[in-house]
Amino acid sequence: MLWADAFLIVSNPYVSGFIWLVMLVVILYFARTPARAVITALSRTLHNGLRLSARGMLRGERWLMERNREVLLAQGREASERIIEREFDRIDASVRRDMSAYPGLHRHLSEDITQLEEDYKQSADVPPEPPAWYKAVDAVAKLPGKDPMVVNILEDIHESMIKANNTAIVEYRKASHSRHEHLKKMLPRWRKVQQVLEQVDKNAKSLLSRAQTIDRYMDEYENTVRKTSRAERMLSSSSLTQFFIALFVLSVAGGGAVINFELIALPMSEMVQQKTEIMGIETYRIAALVIILLEIAVGIFVMELLRVTRLFPVIGALNDKMRVRLTWAAFVFLTTLACVEAGLAWMRDWLIIDTKSVELGADAFKNQQTWIITAAQMGLGWVLPYILMFVAIPLESFIHSLRTVLGVAGIVILRSLAWLFRIIGNVVRFAGKALLHLYDFIIFLPLWVESLFKPGDELETGDHTSTI
Amino acid sequence: MFRYLGMLVLATTLLPGCSKHNPNRDQGIYMLLDASGTYAKELGGSVKIINHILSKLQPGDTFAVQRVDSGSFSEKNIIYSKTFDMRPSKANEQRLLFKQKIQEFTQNVKPSAYTDITGGILQGIEFLTEAGPGKKTILIFSDMKEELHKGYNRDIALKLAGFNVIAINITKLRSDNVNPQDYLDRLEAWKRKVEAAGGSWKTINDLDRLEPIFD
Repeated sequence: MLWADAFLIVSNPYVSGFIWLVMLVVILYFARTPARAVITALSRTLHNGLRLSARGMLRGERWLMERNREVLLAQGREASERIIEREFDRIDASVRRDMSAYPGLHRHLSEDITQLEEDYKQSADVPPEPPAWYKAVDAVAKLPGKDPMVVNILEDIHESMIKANNTAIVEYRKASHSRHEHLKKMLPRWRKVQQVLEQVDKNAKSLLSRAQTIDRYMDEYENTVRKTSRAERMLSSSSLTQFFIALFVLSVAGGGAVINFELIALPMSEMVQQKTEIMGIETYRIAALVIILLEIAVGIFVMELLRVTRLFPVIGALNDKMRVRLTWAAFVFLTTLACVEAGLAWMRDWLIIDTKSVELGADAFKNQQTWIITAAQMGLGWVLPYILMFVAIPLESFIHSLRTVLGVAGIVILRSLAWLFRIIGNVVRFAGKALLHLYDFIIFLPLWVESLFKPGDELETGDHTSTI
Repeated sequence: MFRYLGMLVLATTLLPGCSKHNPNRDQGIYMLLDASGTYAKELGGSVKIINHILSKLQPGDTFAVQRVDSGSFSEKNIIYSKTFDMRPSKANEQRLLFKQKIQEFTQNVKPSAYTDITGGILQGIEFLTEAGPGKKTILIFSDMKEELHKGYNRDIALKLAGFNVIAINITKLRSDNVNPQDYLDRLEAWKRKVEAAGGSWKTINDLDRLEPIFD
């Protein structure tokens, strides 16, 4: 017997199907009240559940947004404080440097000006005084008559006057020469004074420029402290930019670390046995990786101790003397690791040549400039740890910006989920309504018959819009 | 800071203690060199292959070379064998010594009257099973024409499960040129024999393409 035959009430399948349909309609008609209640309750429950979930997610999104905003502003405030602090440090250094020289500068300037005044005074043009007795000559010349005695006297006086005049001209020239000498001496002093004043002007302008920069940073800082939306937008944009730049630089540094790893992995097998493994990874590879991580860790500490980065508050709280000592210690560690790595790079080259010599013969590497490769490998091995030290800078930016980026991603995800839940909730709600109408459509015949027996009464249909 | 550094240094120091040797990473190669009849002249070519294998094997791997002659199921036929030291520098010294031993052998080899390849394979199975590497390979440098001395029984079921058997430099005999079907039948017979014993079978005739040995 076929499975389909079980549904045959009579031999004719069409008649059987019709009987089943009638039975179904009758059953659905009599079960209409609880069935409608079930559909309504189910769709309402699902709709409400999804709506509440969406609301919860939106609440979570708002909380995350607020938290993100707070973190962003706190980071921005900290960054602004650091920048302003650095600018003040620069101004402090500049003022200390310039102002410490200022008394000396002032003294030099005063001395130069005094000297200039003296020189100026000495360079004044003083015309020679005519002889005091020239008025007596005038009186003698006005004597009436032409007494030869007077003529002789006047001629003698004339000669004396010419002599005196010549002497005066010589004296005047000497005095003029002396004045010119004074003026010539003034020239370098003027230049010096001009230079000093220009330097003072430059310093003053530099200070003014820095003051303007600080003003700008202070404005930003105030905006951040006031938690303005402009500050938030700027910080968010800056954080995303920082994230991608830091990610790029870290990827480049990752490439450097891979090269570093390849340089030391093979020779590490001299110390840590090959063919041994920890969790499926060869031990010598793990050892090489640990060495590189050690180098990066020490490099991060060096940058932290130099106050280039501020990842560890404990290091920031150390006193300067201890910090300097630790910097030197970390630097010594780093140099030691760099030397070890250079040695390992040399050993790698040696091992490779030795192995290749077995196949190609010892003569294969004679007269080949293999020392260049060896030197390059050793150089790389020595330099890479120092280069990796600078990873600390992008790492700090990455960590700080990652918080914001994750927050933004979380907000987007929560918002999308809330939107999706709302959509599904509404779909469920309207699907419930549609199902009720479909139900009524299936039992429309008994409903119609019922309406014939209940004229005037409201037909009990599935118009349950208000109930859902 | 020094606490973190100390932890890292400690981790580096303790690493070897936590590590475990994984024999599955070891490779064992047992090479049979046919020193019978006219094929003995081909042995010069085997040096190049052996040198290549030596340069490719890693510390901890096992390599043995055996002569195939009238009665090959014997340790005395092993020319040289070595499980390389775990330190690469020491392993390189061992490789050079290995190379030297093989050169000495090929210069002084005397051809044998018969070719007992099956005995050599049996010896290889025994050797590699004892050494216990993760990957076991038997290389046969021969024309694959087995000729047994009267009274020698080599009709034995081989146990080659987990073994790769690779025939290298299978030169054609004069009779193969007359009837190439002999050559093809010979190879097919060996393939059936190895695969029936649970091993995998490969052939390499181009000596510049030896990568399948290390696949």
